[in-house]
Amino acid sequence: MSRPETGRKAPRSKGVDGWLLSAPALILLIVAASGPLLIVAIYSVLEKGDYSGVRWILSGEGWFRVLFERDIFDQTISLADANLSIFWRSIKLSIATTIITFGFGLPTAWFIATRPARSRAFWLFLITVPFWTNLLIRTFAIMEVIRNQGILNTFLTHFGLISEPIQILYTDTAVLIGMTYVYLPLMVLPLYAAIDRFDFRLIEAGYDLYASRWQVLRGVILPIIKPGIVAGSILVFIPSLGAYVTPRVLGGGKNMMIGNFIELQFGQGQNWPLGAALSTLLLLVVLVSLIVYTRVSSKDNTNG
Amino acid sequence: MGKTRAFDVTTLPGFTFIAILAFVLLYAPIVTLVIYSFNGGNSVNQWGGFSLEWYAVAAQNEAVQDATARSLIIAVWASVISTALATMAALGTTRRGKFTGQTVIYVIINQPLMVPEIVTAVALLIFFSSVKVATGYSGLGYLILAHSAFCIPFAYLPIKARLEGMDTTMETAAADLYATPLQTFRYVTLPLLLPGVIAGAMLAFIISLDNVIITEFVKSAGQDTLPTYMLGQLRRALTPEVNAISTALLALTILILTLFVFVTKKRG
Amino acid sequence: MRIILVATTALISSTIGAYAEGELNLFNWGNYTSPEMIEKFTAETGISVTITDYDSNTTALTKVEAGGSGFDLVVPSANYIPVYVRKGLIAELDHSKIPNISNIAPEWKDVPWDQGRTHSVPWQWGSVGIAVNTTVYGGDVNTSELFMDPPEELVGKINVVPEMTDVINMAIFNQGGEACTEDLTLLKKVRDKMMAAKPKWLSMDYGTTDKLSSGDYAASVNWNGSTMRARINNPDIVYGYPKEGYPLFMDSVALLSDAKNVDEAYQFINFILEPENAAMISSFARYANGVAGSDAFMPEDMKTAPEIVAPAELAAAGQFIPTCPQSATDLYTAIWTELLK
Repeated sequence: MSRPETGRKAPRSKGVDGWLLSAPALILLIVAASGPLLIVAIYSVLEKGDYSGVRWILSGEGWFRVLFERDIFDQTISLADANLSIFWRSIKLSIATTIITFGFGLPTAWFIATRPARSRAFWLFLITVPFWTNLLIRTFAIMEVIRNQGILNTFLTHFGLISEPIQILYTDTAVLIGMTYVYLPLMVLPLYAAIDRFDFRLIEAGYDLYASRWQVLRGVILPIIKPGIVAGSILVFIPSLGAYVTPRVLGGGKNMMIGNFIELQFGQGQNWPLGAALSTLLLLVVLVSLIVYTRVSSKDNTNG
Repeated sequence: MGKTRAFDVTTLPGFTFIAILAFVLLYAPIVTLVIYSFNGGNSVNQWGGFSLEWYAVAAQNEAVQDATARSLIIAVWASVISTALATMAALGTTRRGKFTGQTVIYVIINQPLMVPEIVTAVALLIFFSSVKVATGYSGLGYLILAHSAFCIPFAYLPIKARLEGMDTTMETAAADLYATPLQTFRYVTLPLLLPGVIAGAMLAFIISLDNVIITEFVKSAGQDTLPTYMLGQLRRALTPEVNAISTALLALTILILTLFVFVTKKRG
Repeated sequence: MRIILVATTALISSTIGAYAEGELNLFNWGNYTSPEMIEKFTAETGISVTITDYDSNTTALTKVEAGGSGFDLVVPSANYIPVYVRKGLIAELDHSKIPNISNIAPEWKDVPWDQGRTHSVPWQWGSVGIAVNTTVYGGDVNTSELFMDPPEELVGKINVVPEMTDVINMAIFNQGGEACTEDLTLLKKVRDKMMAAKPKWLSMDYGTTDKLSSGDYAASVNWNGSTMRARINNPDIVYGYPKEGYPLFMDSVALLSDAKNVDEAYQFINFILEPENAAMISSFARYANGVAGSDAFMPEDMKTAPEIVAPAELAAAGQFIPTCPQSATDLYTAIWTELLK
C-alpha cells in the first residue's frame, strides 16, 4: 500500500517520519541559528571582562544597565534615559515606517491586484525585484539621492526651490526614508496576496447599499484584507526594529537604533553582557509583538 | 462581474496615482545608481560622460574578485545544503496530516524570519569565536553553515507550496505497481517536485548572496564577501566602483528572478 | 575568467580546509595600506596578502581577542600596544629575522609603549586635528573649540571621527587637562561640554576623506593624512592644529601570537622597514613613517605639506598619548559610550 494509506492507519509513524525527515534541517538550524540565541541569554547574566568578553561569574549588571545607569562621576543611579531614548526612537521609527509603507503599500497592492491577469505578473515582478535586491545596494542608492550634492538637492536648487542644500543625510528623516524605501515590498506582497483573493462583488454590494467610497474602503475592504495588513505590518515592523545597515549608513553614527546600540556594546562599548541583555530584550519585544499580532489576526479570522 | 455602474468599482480615488508614484520612487534611486555606474571620472555624483571605466576598475580589483568568488562559493554551498535539508523537511511536514510537534518544526524552520538578524549575528559571533578557538579552524565553513541555516526557510516555502499543490495519485499508482518508496521518490515525486526545489534553491542563493549583517559578524580574516566589502568601502572613499559592483549584482539578481518566474510558471 | 579560476580553486580548498602556500593576513585600518606597496611585496616574495579593514582600535582588539580571527599582523595605535602585550595577544619579535630593524629612525626606537621595539615596528604616524572647509567657515581653525563648541557656521555641518582615544584626549586638552587624567571634576566638564556639543554635530562617522572633498562635511575632527588627501581633491580644505593641545599617534605593526603565517609575517615586517617601501606607504596614506632614509623616496608635495609640517608655534601643542591605566580607560569608555548613544 502507498505511504499516505499506511500513514492514515498508524498515525504515530507519520509523526516519526515527519520528525526524521525534518531532523537534518532542525539540527542545522539549532546549531547555527536558534541554539546560539541561548548563549546570548546566558551571556546577559555574566560579568563583563576587561575590554571585551565575559567572566564566568553570575551578575545582574548587564540587565541592570539596560534600565538604569550609574553616573560615571558620582555613582548615583538613575533611569537610563539614553538607552530608553534609543529604544523609543527605534520603536517610533519602526511604527512610522510601518504606517508610511502601508500608506504607499495598500494603493500599490490594490493597483497590482486590479490589473488584467496578463500584465499583473509584470507589475508583481516589478515589486519583487527591489525585494530581492541587496539591502545595502538599495541603501546606497537612497544615500546618493539625499546627500547634499545628491540628485534631490541638485534638482531642487536647479529649479530655484531652495537656495542651499537641505541636510537630510544623517538625520532621523534619512533613516525613516531609507527604511520605508527598503521595506516597502514587504508590505505590498502580503497585501497583494490578500486583495488578490478578494471578491470584488462585495464592493458592488456595498455600493448597492449606497455606501460612499470611503465607507466601502473602511467597512468592506479593510476588514476583509486584514490578515494581509497584519502580515505586512509584522514583516515591516520586525526588521525595522532590528535594523542595522540602514541607520548605520544613513544615520551617520549619531542617530542610533537598537541594532547599532547592540553592536556598539560588542565593539567600542566593550560591554558584552549589556549587549547580550539588549539582544535578549529585543528578541522578547519581537516575540511579544508576534504573539499579539497573531492573536489579533486569528480572532478576526474566526469572527468573519 | 457585471459593470453597470458609471465608474469601475475596482478603482479607488487616488490609489492609481499613489501606486504609480510608489513604483517611480522605488525605481528612481536604483535607476540612478545604474546610470551613475556608467559615469566616467572620479566623482560619485558628477556626470563625466558615459564610460565602462568603473566596471574595468572593479573587474581588475583583486579584493573585488576574491570577494565575488567567496560570495559565489558560499551561496552555492548554502543553497545546495539548505535546499536539500528544506526538501526533506517539506516532505516530512506536508501531505501526511497533522502530527505531534508539527508546530514546533514550523517554528524552528521559520525562526530565522522572526528573529532580528542583528541578534542572530551577535549570537553567532559569540558561539563561533569560541568554536574557532577550540578547534583552531577558521575557514569558510562557519559562513557556509550560518548561511545554510538562515536560507532554509526561504528554500522551504516554495517547496512546501509545490508539495501542497501536488496530488498523491501518481505516487499511490507507483506504490501500487510495487515501486519501493525510494523508487517512488526518485521517479515520481522528485520530478514533480523539481520546479519547487529549483525555485527554493534560487531564493536561497539570492538570500545568501545578499547577506550583510550575519556575514559581517561571522567572517574571519580575509573573508569579505561582496556585500561586506561594499560596507567596508563606506568607511573609505566611496568610488563609482561600488555603483558598478552594485549594478552587476543587481543584474545577476534580476537574471535569477526571471529564471525563477519562468521555472515556477511551468506547471505540470 | 580569473574569478572562475579563483572560485574553483577556493571551492576545492574550502572543502578540504587547506591553506595555500605563501599567504599573509593583514588586519589594518581601512584605506591605510598602499596597494602599490602590497603589489611590490607580492612580486618580490610570491606571498599573497589579504587585507581586512577595521575602523577603530577597540574593534580590532575585540575581534582579535575573540580568538580564531586568522589574522597574522595587526596595526594598533601606540597606547593599545601594551594592552595587546598584557593580554598575550601579540608575540615578541625575533629581531634576527628582521635585518632592517636597524632602519627604524632613532627617535622611534625606544618608544614608551614598546621599549626596544620588542613587539612592534613603526607603520605610520601623524596628528589629530580639525579639517575645515574655508568656504563655509573663515575664522581661526587652530582650536578644538570648533567641535567642542561649534561656531554658528559649522553647527550641523561638522563631523567627529568615532575614535575614542583621539577625541577624548583632544577634549581633555581643550579643558586644560593632561592625557590619562583621572581628575573627575575635569572629566565631568569634558563630558558635559561634549554632550552639549553633540547635537550640533552632523555625524560621527568615518569616510572623512571623501565626504570632506565632496562637501558633505564642512568640517571634521580628522587625521592629518586624510585631510591632506581631501585637500588635494578640494583646495578649500585646511587643517587646523588645536592650540589647546592635540594628540599625536603612531600605529605600529605587530605579530599576533596565534599567527599561522609567521615566516611570511616576518618577511613583510622586514619589507616595510626598507626606506623605499616605507615611502610608498606614506605616499599613499599621506602620513609620515618612522623609517630613516625614507625621505629620499617621498613625494615632493609631502615635504612641505601644511598637514605634515606643523607650524612652529603649534608644533609643541601636539603630544603622544601614553597607555592609560585601566581605571582611566574605563572612565573614558563610559564617557565615550554615553556620547555615542
